[in-house]
Amino acid sequence: MTTHDVTLPSYLEQTPDVRARFRSISERPVVLRVNNLGKTFDSVKGAVQALKQVSFEVHRREFVSIIGPSGCGKSTLIRILAGLEELSAGEILLDDREVNGPGPERGMVFQGYTLFPWLTVLKNVMFGLEVSATSNGITGNTKEQEARDWIKMVGLTDFADSYPHELSGGMKQRVAIARALANRPRILLMDEPFGALDAQTRAKMQSYLLQIWKNVDVTIIFITHDLDEAIYLSDRIVVLKANPGEIQEIIEVPVEHPRSPEQFLSQEFLATKKRLEELIHPPREAEEMLPIIRMTQIGDDVY
Amino acid sequence: MARTRYFIIWKELDHGRRRVLQVFSFIIPLLLWSIISYCPLVWHPMVIVSDPGDIAHFKVDSMIKKEAFYRENAKAVEQHRKPAQGVPANPVYLPAPHEVAASFYKAFVTPPRLPDEPWLHQSLWHSITVILWGFLISSVVAVPLGILCGTYRFFAYLTEPFVEFFRYLPAPAFAALAVAVLGIYDGPKVAIIVIGTFFQQVLMIANTTQRLDPALLEAAQTLGARGIKLFSRVVIPGILPDVYRDMRILLGWAWTYLIVAEVVGNSTGITWFINQQAKYRIYDNVYAAIIMIGIIGLTTDLALAWIGSQLFTWKSKKKSVLSRLSAAYAASSRVKPKLSQEAP
Ligand SMILES: Nc1ncnc2c1ncn2[C@@H]1O[C@H](COP(=O)(O)OP(=O)(O)OP(=O)(O)O)[C@@H](O)[C@H]1O
Ligand SMILES: [Mg+2]
Repeated sequence: MTTHDVTLPSYLEQTPDVRARFRSISERPVVLRVNNLGKTFDSVKGAVQALKQVSFEVHRREFVSIIGPSGCGKSTLIRILAGLEELSAGEILLDDREVNGPGPERGMVFQGYTLFPWLTVLKNVMFGLEVSATSNGITGNTKEQEARDWIKMVGLTDFADSYPHELSGGMKQRVAIARALANRPRILLMDEPFGALDAQTRAKMQSYLLQIWKNVDVTIIFITHDLDEAIYLSDRIVVLKANPGEIQEIIEVPVEHPRSPEQFLSQEFLATKKRLEELIHPPREAEEMLPIIRMTQIGDDVY
Repeated sequence: MARTRYFIIWKELDHGRRRVLQVFSFIIPLLLWSIISYCPLVWHPMVIVSDPGDIAHFKVDSMIKKEAFYRENAKAVEQHRKPAQGVPANPVYLPAPHEVAASFYKAFVTPPRLPDEPWLHQSLWHSITVILWGFLISSVVAVPLGILCGTYRFFAYLTEPFVEFFRYLPAPAFAALAVAVLGIYDGPKVAIIVIGTFFQQVLMIANTTQRLDPALLEAAQTLGARGIKLFSRVVIPGILPDVYRDMRILLGWAWTYLIVAEVVGNSTGITWFINQQAKYRIYDNVYAAIIMIGIIGLTTDLALAWIGSQLFTWKSKKKSVLSRLSAAYAASSRVKPKLSQEAP
């Protein structure tokens, strides 16, 4: 561990500003309520409990990240929220109404690239507006104008008529975000959306996302396995543990808003990161040695 | 390094090398054919008599097996008669390339032996119509059915086992039945092509449909698409290029059923022509006709491939000619107003 324990405050300590912010968030209406959610998969090796007794709420315009070790059920959870997977127990309420199956009020950005390759960027962003039943009254022109506005928001005006294969990975994910937001979803679900991007592009995308979130009335649930990313972006972080996937802790991030990359070295940031590391990599497990046999020639010792 | 290697797994060769190799794929068989035809030392099991000498049953220009020729000559020399002269030749069923090339032209301009028989181009056209009708009838049912089977499990379970069974029944086995039901003209021929194509087509299209990336369907669902819209806006456009490619392959297979189909009932089309020429032992024409089938097949496929690359630019990752033209037009019309603004 690189941080010096002595100098760090507790991650639970909040400045008055931060505390006031959390109080105001908690006073906002609850957009998403997850109650005792459970999920079992029937696999060849018998039933696998992927999620157990998961409960949390998300308030309007809140940014909540979900982190946890690989295989703890993060993707399963967000897919259930999106309606792409059925739940085995519990309930999900969006604006106090039970959700059932996928719908345009829950937008999703996937880790892989899921733009429709046969549509231009503009048509991709218009897709939701054209298919959803609620927007039948809107004329084609307004739809196009709206789509162009979203494309402008993610900074891709010049690429409106390009096809997905002409875009870089980061640009594709920006289009995917615009496409999901164009539907005006109540909640935006993101499953490791920047996971496939290189570090630099990723940092850029994070600041894009913060800007978008600031300007758009949307609530975000964001999955990542990158601790820095989770802290940098979120109001709160839901930490899951594996086998079965259960909530370990829900952390209120004590880092002040507005966020900027300089805060990566602030006391609160490091304190939160330390706590997350404790939760996700318990010290005992970290020391476990792999059963690796020696596979090098004698005489070329480098260590 | 200027010299790149030819043998790297999955490594595409540059444009020039690719072209050279593609041309060679035709030159090599042609070269083999030429060697066999023009090198008297290679094969040439026959002799064409140029001077029969004193051998009574030899005639000028008659073709005789090499052993028989030498045996008779030896006999003649023994009996102090004049031996025959001749040049080595290949049997009539292997004409030389130039003879086939010449008959390409000849076959088209030679009128049929009987006034009511078709010309070569008429025979070819007849074959093409049989194929197109067969392929069209098959596709009209098989493509929608295949897409449904690939999309909805309901249709897959309801039809695929039977299709899978029927696929193994050889289409020519239905020849007699087809004649009994559809008469002796084009009906049974088209039917054979339909039977040969249909079942493969259903399975192939269903398989292609199933290979659509499920993530695209999920993304569309989270955007609010469901039911028929999901089908028409994601499934159909997503599989279209692959279905098109399948159709090209299937059209090629349909040609292979043609020869069987055309001898059903009264023989017609290119098969009739080939059989007729073989009967008259005009083998150059037989080769010309067979090669003609290949040329028609290959050019159709190349044309379809090109059309496909123009239709599905998002797949081929190239700009279509049409869009390049319109871009050029837009660019040129953008320049003009600028000039006219500067003029006054
Ligand atoms: N369709 C399925 N059938 C059976 N088991 C499944 C299925 N999908 C997921 N699982 C199991 O559920 C558990 C959670 O999987 P999930 O993909 O949600 O993990 P994750 O947290 O997203 O992991 P990662 O960080 O690697 O993406 C895993 O143990 C996995 O084996
Ligand atoms: Mg995952």
